[in-house]
Amino acid sequence: MIFKYINKKEWSLVAVCFVLVCFQVYLELEIPGYMAQITTLLTTGGTVEQIMSQGWPMIGAALGSLIMAIFVGAVAAYIAASLAHRLRKLQFDKVGSFSKAETSKFSLASLITRSTNDVTQIQTAFAIGMQVIMRAPVMAIWAIVKISNKDMTWTLAMAVAIVILMSTISVVMYLVIPRFKIIQRLTDNVNRITEEGLTGVRVVRAYNAESYQEAKFEVANEELTSTNLFTSRTMAFMLPVISTVMSLLSLAIYIIGAILISAASGFELRLELFSDMIVFSSYAMQVVMAFMMMIIIFMIVPRAAVAARRIEEVIDTEPTVRGGTVKESPEGTEGEIEFRNVSFRYPGAADSVLENVSFKAKKGETVAFIGSTGSGKSTLINLVPRFYDVTDGQILVDGVDVRDYELNALHGKIGYVPQKAVIFSGTVESNVNYGDTDDKRTIDDVKKAVAIAQGTDFVEKIENGYEGAISESGTNLSGGQKQRLAIARAVCRKPEFYIFDDSFSALDYKTDKVLRKALKKETSGVTSLIVAQRIGTIMEADTIVVLDEGRVAGTGRHTDLLESCEVYRSIALSQLSEKELMG
Amino acid sequence: MSPPHSPHGHGRVKGEKPKSFGTAWKKLFSYLGKHRIAVWAAMIFAFVGTALTLIGPNKLRDLTDLVKEGLISGVVDMGAVWEIGVFLIAIYAVSGILSLVENYIMATVSQKTASRLRTDISKKINRLPLKYFDRSSKGDILSRTTNDIDTLGQSMNQSMGTLITSVTMLIGSLVMMAYTNISMMIVAVLSSLAGFVLMSLIVRRSQKYFIKQQEYLGKMNGHVTEIYSSHDVVKVYNGQESATRKFDAVNDGLADSAFMSQFLSGLMMPLMNFIGNLGYVAVCIYGAIIVINGNITIGVIVAFMIYVRLFTQPMSQLAQAFTGMQSVAASAERVFEFIEEEELSPEENLTHKIENVRGRVEFRDVHFGYVPGKEVIRGFSATVEPGQKVAIVGPTGAGKTTLVNLLMKFYETDSGDILVDGVSIKDMKRSDVHELFCMVLQDTWIFEGTVRENIVYSKKDATDEEVIEACTAVGVDHFIRTLPNGYDTKLDNVSSLSVGQRQQITIARAMVENAPMLILDEATSSVDTRTERIIQNAMDSMTGGRTSFVIAHRLSTIKNSDMILLMKDGNIVEQGTHEELLASGGEYKELYNSQFEDMSAV
Repeated sequence: MIFKYINKKEWSLVAVCFVLVCFQVYLELEIPGYMAQITTLLTTGGTVEQIMSQGWPMIGAALGSLIMAIFVGAVAAYIAASLAHRLRKLQFDKVGSFSKAETSKFSLASLITRSTNDVTQIQTAFAIGMQVIMRAPVMAIWAIVKISNKDMTWTLAMAVAIVILMSTISVVMYLVIPRFKIIQRLTDNVNRITEEGLTGVRVVRAYNAESYQEAKFEVANEELTSTNLFTSRTMAFMLPVISTVMSLLSLAIYIIGAILISAASGFELRLELFSDMIVFSSYAMQVVMAFMMMIIIFMIVPRAAVAARRIEEVIDTEPTVRGGTVKESPEGTEGEIEFRNVSFRYPGAADSVLENVSFKAKKGETVAFIGSTGSGKSTLINLVPRFYDVTDGQILVDGVDVRDYELNALHGKIGYVPQKAVIFSGTVESNVNYGDTDDKRTIDDVKKAVAIAQGTDFVEKIENGYEGAISESGTNLSGGQKQRLAIARAVCRKPEFYIFDDSFSALDYKTDKVLRKALKKETSGVTSLIVAQRIGTIMEADTIVVLDEGRVAGTGRHTDLLESCEVYRSIALSQLSEKELMG
Repeated sequence: MSPPHSPHGHGRVKGEKPKSFGTAWKKLFSYLGKHRIAVWAAMIFAFVGTALTLIGPNKLRDLTDLVKEGLISGVVDMGAVWEIGVFLIAIYAVSGILSLVENYIMATVSQKTASRLRTDISKKINRLPLKYFDRSSKGDILSRTTNDIDTLGQSMNQSMGTLITSVTMLIGSLVMMAYTNISMMIVAVLSSLAGFVLMSLIVRRSQKYFIKQQEYLGKMNGHVTEIYSSHDVVKVYNGQESATRKFDAVNDGLADSAFMSQFLSGLMMPLMNFIGNLGYVAVCIYGAIIVINGNITIGVIVAFMIYVRLFTQPMSQLAQAFTGMQSVAASAERVFEFIEEEELSPEENLTHKIENVRGRVEFRDVHFGYVPGKEVIRGFSATVEPGQKVAIVGPTGAGKTTLVNLLMKFYETDSGDILVDGVSIKDMKRSDVHELFCMVLQDTWIFEGTVRENIVYSKKDATDEEVIEACTAVGVDHFIRTLPNGYDTKLDNVSSLSVGQRQQITIARAMVENAPMLILDEATSSVDTRTERIIQNAMDSMTGGRTSFVIAHRLSTIKNSDMILLMKDGNIVEQGTHEELLASGGEYKELYNSQFEDMSAV
């Protein structure tokens, strides 16, 4: 339950709140009492002073109830805001500890919604709901008790009104609420088709498929419109019915009063009935309002519960990848990576992505991986920083199993560049000098890293150079520029290992060459793992591992593999001619 | 009760202001067309219905006075009581039915109008020139089809009726109060107004926090999205700590502003209650004083107790209705702006068609620029013979894709001409030009639907055999068969297709379409080179005798073309076969060699 995230202090505030709500309801229900007194005074010819003696307390009660309401509102808002604060923090920290297995289970979009919108929903539900949930039942019960000693006929009239109102509202809600969910889905549908039409506008026109798109849109639009029509037409009934029933109820109370009074004998009794009638008409409204408020509870709670469940799913998920205890690797083994019979399959998948992969890279060496789409090369290098853990076998970094390292210690050794460059909002400098050791590096380190990544030219053209602003996800940079910054980030970290996950494909051939040459020259002791598509990128690697459907099809140098490995040969030939390969 | 569409209603900044409230409403009203009469009727119903309810309190006063007379005499005139009772029941019933009908009409009209607007936008998208999409964002158009139309549909439904009702009620209750007792009216109005002054002060104050909360929510969304989507890099660089620092700062700010805005907006209801109570007490006390002086009857007090409620209620509703009408106007403005955009030039008089396409394509001194004064294509001329495979290579920005855009008549040339089999495409309908080509683009376009639907697309008469044949040819048949439902598996944007597989499917789509000529714009850029080979062989056997245009970054893709056009700055700089161009030792050779040059040579 989401309630377990409310702390002791807040629970005691909730208790205080409840007391305040009771007091508030008490004061509000006093008001008709004073009114009755005033009425009696009026009919018996009381003095203005006597009436004022009832009038002042009445205003006092109204003011008191307002002050209570302000307190209750403040407490509810406080609890809602701090609960939301806590839930956001818990989720953010939890997601930070997730490995890829967990993040892909939830999907990115869903994690974002859970951390933002869902929390806001809970906040609203608490801020509004808490007051209503406390107030409505207290009000209803207390008011009913107050009028229970009055004539039963009135109570009966009120009960009839409540039954009519509740059943009307329930029927409307029953018909409408499930459809709101459907409307959400149908709206998404309309959205999606429009988006498709927009992104594919050239394809749509090239295939002369305009009417196909329009027909598809019309189906979705028709569905949405008919559901929308149904709900808003049904909702159209609610307000008129409510206000008519309320008006009829006050009329009924007066007519019943008239009947009772004409049947009663004696002025005293008649007078009592008369003031009862006036009092009852206002209490009856309070009771009816309280019941209608409770309807709101039924609207808020289920939706908040769904949001709460989604949030809890995140918080309760335990990361599958946990760090070990090793902080420092043993001496003399720096820069070594070894895969020993590594196999991997995705959680829940039937087939292995990698099977029995073994190779070793010594300090300063470059190991390259090549293979067709889906051969498992990206998955393979993702195992080193433990985005996933191996299913079988072992990966040793500096002679120690990666699973034995503290995660920060393991990650501290790696300079990782993903396939799609990741750029943060900030400056060029904050993007290059990124991570936990950012305070140990100077602007000169940044400049040098950018120079190695062949980015000096374009960075210096950006307004304010290294301090130049980079927008969210780097929309003001080209693909190649983003990739070079991402590479500079890895270089700036001065790692023991580089992991390049197809990081060079966004660069043109020339930059690719120059960049790799600079890397080799300036950071010669760093071991590199490179995934690549272009033969040209990996031809000079110390070891090339050829992957085919998750298995190693060949290991060796370029010239050896051309001789010995059929898969490699066919990849190479699809890119270059025989003569070029040999020359 | 309003539909619980927006859970954040409380925190939302009030709707944006329209540029011209009047013009927008006028346009919207004339767009209503035949529904206009219904809307007028609804407005009249709303007015009459509300006016009727105002009679209620006055009659209740008479009723109370009758009962009070009975207090002293001991006999209540029940005949008169029933007379009033029946009259009131009739009034309540009629006014209830009138407002019901009004609500129903407005709900129907609003939704139907929204639906029509959606259809018009959907059709409009297909009638706009492509250059419109160059200068406007996709998100913006999308938000017009959904957010704006939703706002329009909902707010129009509520605001118009509410406006009429609350104005009627406000004025009506004032009139009735004045008619009943002037001095009590003044007391009632003053005490309510005092409350409303207080309330508007709070509203103004809380607005500031709403805006702040909205800003922090935006920052929070941005930061969370950035960190979550960069999860891998944040992890490997141990960046979680700095991300958390920034998160905490935003989270604290958000919690503070959320508290204030939540608190202040929560004050509204109790304040309304208090104002109601204050008016009530004021009316009672003042009433009591003058009852004793014998100026009024007690029934007047009872009537005023209700008038006060009728008077305070519409004041806040009126404010709501106005914001509602304003956001309708703002939305309508944006929607109509889109619907009124300039469309593609009409082409009824373009009747040229090519019956038996041979595939000779000629570019004659073509000039073109997306923006006036900035030419992208500068005097491009080339002749492609039937059946030739033409490759277009060159650096980014050379104008390769632009050439395709012109060939497909997505854009019109500024000067010069493009002829297919001797017919200028200027003389042909756009759809007839499109029919000449199969086109595959770099940005693969997969829509939500089954694999089969994606491949068949608009060519409804394609057989299953054709689909399977195409998929086998591009080497994706095996993969499709491993999907849960084979060719009937639903594809969506999040599904696990790789970019390469998506490209294979779009190529299969082009193959099924089977048009006389072929355009591939970086169509195989994300397919690995081995698979690309397979696709090429399939293409070659299929496209045998077809003129085809291939744009590729990867030079291995185009090595065996009949003609390679090397473009630079909007024009051809070199032209010939692979061997010829290598032999001539120009820029092509340099470009080509850079991909496998020895490191030491750089």
